[in-house]
Amino acid sequence: MKKKSILLLLLGLILVFSFALTGCGSKETNDQPTTTNSSDSSDASSANSSAPTKISTLEKVKNRGKVIVGVNGKLPGFGYVDSNGKYTGFDVDFARALAAAIFNDPDAVEFRPLSAQERFTALQTGEIDVLIRNTTWTISRDTQLGTNFAPTTFYDGQGIMVRKDSGINSLKDLEGARIGVETGTTTELNLADQFRKLGIKYEPVVFEDSNAMVAAYEKGSLDAWTTDKSGLVSRQSTLSDPSAHKILKETLSKEPLGPVVLHGDDQWFDIVKWVVFATIEAEELGITQDNIDSFMNSDDPVVRRFLGVDGDLGEQLGLTKDFAVRVIKAVGNYGEIYNRHLGPDTIFNMDRGLNDLWTNGGLLYSPPFR
Amino acid sequence: MQTENKINPQMEMAPPAANIGVRGWLKENLFSSWINTLVTIIFATIIYFIVKGILTWIIYSADWQVVSSNFRLFFVGQYPLEQLWRIWLSLTIVTLLFGFTAGIWKGTVWKLTIFLSIVFLLITLLPFIPLSAKLWLVINIISLYLGYFFINKLPKNKVITVVGWFLSFPIILILINGFNLLAPVSTNLWGGLLLTILIAVVAIVVSFPLGVLLALGRISKLPVIRWFSIAYIELIRGIPLITVLFMAQLMVPLFLSEGIEINNVIRVMIGATMFSAAYVAENVRGGLQSINRGQFEAAKALGLNSVYTMAFIILPQALRAVIPAIVGQFIAMFKDTSLVAIVGLIDLLGIAKTIVANPDFLGKQMEVFLFIALIYWIFSYSMSFASRKLEESLGVGERY
Repeated sequence: MKKKSILLLLLGLILVFSFALTGCGSKETNDQPTTTNSSDSSDASSANSSAPTKISTLEKVKNRGKVIVGVNGKLPGFGYVDSNGKYTGFDVDFARALAAAIFNDPDAVEFRPLSAQERFTALQTGEIDVLIRNTTWTISRDTQLGTNFAPTTFYDGQGIMVRKDSGINSLKDLEGARIGVETGTTTELNLADQFRKLGIKYEPVVFEDSNAMVAAYEKGSLDAWTTDKSGLVSRQSTLSDPSAHKILKETLSKEPLGPVVLHGDDQWFDIVKWVVFATIEAEELGITQDNIDSFMNSDDPVVRRFLGVDGDLGEQLGLTKDFAVRVIKAVGNYGEIYNRHLGPDTIFNMDRGLNDLWTNGGLLYSPPFR
Repeated sequence: MQTENKINPQMEMAPPAANIGVRGWLKENLFSSWINTLVTIIFATIIYFIVKGILTWIIYSADWQVVSSNFRLFFVGQYPLEQLWRIWLSLTIVTLLFGFTAGIWKGTVWKLTIFLSIVFLLITLLPFIPLSAKLWLVINIISLYLGYFFINKLPKNKVITVVGWFLSFPIILILINGFNLLAPVSTNLWGGLLLTILIAVVAIVVSFPLGVLLALGRISKLPVIRWFSIAYIELIRGIPLITVLFMAQLMVPLFLSEGIEINNVIRVMIGATMFSAAYVAENVRGGLQSINRGQFEAAKALGLNSVYTMAFIILPQALRAVIPAIVGQFIAMFKDTSLVAIVGLIDLLGIAKTIVANPDFLGKQMEVFLFIALIYWIFSYSMSFASRKLEESLGVGERY
C-alpha cells in the first residue's frame, strides 16, 4: 500500500514538474531575444539590402561583447579543441584575429562548431557573425547563397599521394595505376576530368570512406590515392611510415578557402577582409608578434600608416587606428599563423606553395594600406 | 555391479565423476558428440585469437595518452576550469540522493551504489587525475555512503528523497548554467559526457509525462485530442531522429521570425524530447491496452470517475506492465544522443571526434572511440540492470 502511494506521489510530481518545466522553457525562449539578440541584419529575406534602420553587424558584435564564429571543430591543423579545452588551429586563429581587431582580446570569440550542411544556414539566420570553416569559394556560393567571401586564407587543391619507391613523379607516370578516390565527392569528378584531359588511362577504385581507402593504400592494393592536399598531408602523418610516401606536386583542382560573411553589411565585410589582409601585409613588411614594438617608431610611411601611427585607416573601417597592431600582437602575421599550425615545426610540415607571399611566388597579395 | 544396483535401490552411489562438476558440464555442453567437439575446438581457437589480439592491442599497441591528456574534455567538454566546482557540486547532490535511495530501498540501488563507488575509487586512483578532482571524487564516495547510512535516521525519509530528486534537476540546471545567480556559462561550453547526460535526462524526464498524456489522448473519446495525438505520434514515429535534429538545427531558425533565437542546445533538447515522447506514448498505450476491461468496469462500479479510474486503477497497472519497454526506450534515447554530434554539438561523441583532430593525437581514433564506448556501455548497462531488477521487484510478468 505504502509503495503504491509513493509511486502515485512520484507520478503526480512528474506531471506537475513537467508542466513547470515546459512553462520555464517557453518563458526562457521568450526572454532570450531581448537580452541576447536584437534585430539582426542577416535575415535571409533582407540579405540583399542593407536597411539603414537596422543595427549593423559590428554594432551587434560590440553590444554582445564577443564575435560568434562558425568553425570546423574536427579538422586537424585547422580547427580542433586542444587538451586544455581551447579551440586551436589555422582557421581559429583568424577568428581570434578578428576578435583582437574589434575588442583587443583574442578570446572574445564564441566558437560554434558547425557541420558542413548547417554552416550556411547558421550564417543566413544570423546565428554566427562570420564563417571561418574551410569553405571553398565558388561562384554559386557567392551569388545564390547570398554570401560574400573574404580573401582566401588557404589555397588548397586536390592532390595525389604515392609511395616514394614507386617511381611515380608526376601525373603522367600514373598511366594504368590504381587510384583510390572517395565516392560522391568532387574529387572523383576532378580526377576523371584531369586524366581525360591528359589522355592518361587509370583505374579508379571507389571507396565509401577515407579510412578504408587509406588502409587499402597502406596494404599496397592501391598505387595512389587522392583528396585535398591538406587532407593528404594530415593523413600522411598517421601512416605507419610517413617518410615512405610523397604527395605529387601537381594540383588537380582549385580549393580557395576563406572566411565568409552574409550579403548586406559592407562594413562588416570590409572588416573581415582587412583583418585578413593585415596579417598578409604584416608578413610582407616583416612585422611579427615579437618585433612589432620596434616598428612603432619606424620612419617608413607605409609601416606608419599600416600600424596606425599616422592616419586613421582603422577608424574608417569602424575599428580603432591600431587594429593591425592588435591583430599582430594577438596572433602574429600570416606566416606565423601558418607555421604555428601547418608549418615545419608541426607534424604536417606543409610546404607554403601557393600560400606564400606574392614576392616569394605565392598568391598572397594584400592591397595597399593607404 | 550394475544389475546389483538396479535391484537394490537403497544403495546410494555418487554419480560417476565424469558426469558432475566442471568435467561433467564441459562434457555435456561442449563435447557431447564429435560434431560438438569439432565446433567447440574451432570456436575456441577463433575466440583465443580474437581475445589475444584485442588484449595485445589494449595493453601493448594502444597509446592511452590521448585519453589521459584529454580526460577532462571527455567528461565536461570546454566547461571553464574555474567553474568546475559547480559540476562537482551537482554530482555530489546526485550521489547524496543516490545514497538516500539506496538506504531506503536497498537491493538494486545498493548494488549500483557499490558499483558507482568502485568506479569513483578507480578514477581517483588514476595517476593523471588532478588533486582537486581526487578530492571531489572522495567527497562523492563519502556522500554516497553518508546518504546510505543516515537517511533512515531522518523522519519522513521517503518524502525527503523523492522531493529531493525532483528539486535536484532544476537546482543542477541552475548550477550548471548559472542563469543570473552565478557566473553564466553559456551552452556552447557544455560538452562531453555532461552534455550527453543533460540531453538524455531532459529528453527522458520530460518525454515521460508527455508520452503518458499522448497515450491517454490517443485513447480519448474526444476527437480533437485523439486525432491530434494520433497525428503527432504517427508523424514523429514516421521520421528518423536525425531528421528531427536536422529540422531543429537547420529549419527552425529559418522559420522563426526575426529577433527570436532559440539556443541550439535547447533546440536539440526539444527535438529529442518530442521524438522520445511519441515512442513512450506508444509503449504506454500498449500497457493501457493490456489492462482487462474488468478493471474499468470494476472502477466504475465503485463509483470512481474517469480521472480517478485512470490515476488510481489503470495507469499504475499499465505503467508497471511496460517498464521494460520504457526503460529500453530510455536506453535507446541515451545512445541516440550521440546523433547530436552530427548537427555540430560536442557531446561525448562530438568531443571524441574533435580530440582525434588534434595534431598531437592524429590516428588515435581507436583508443578514443573504445574509451567512449566503455562510457556508453557503463551507463546503458547500469540502466538495463536497474530496470531488470525493478521488474523483478514489481513482479512484472507474473500473473496477478
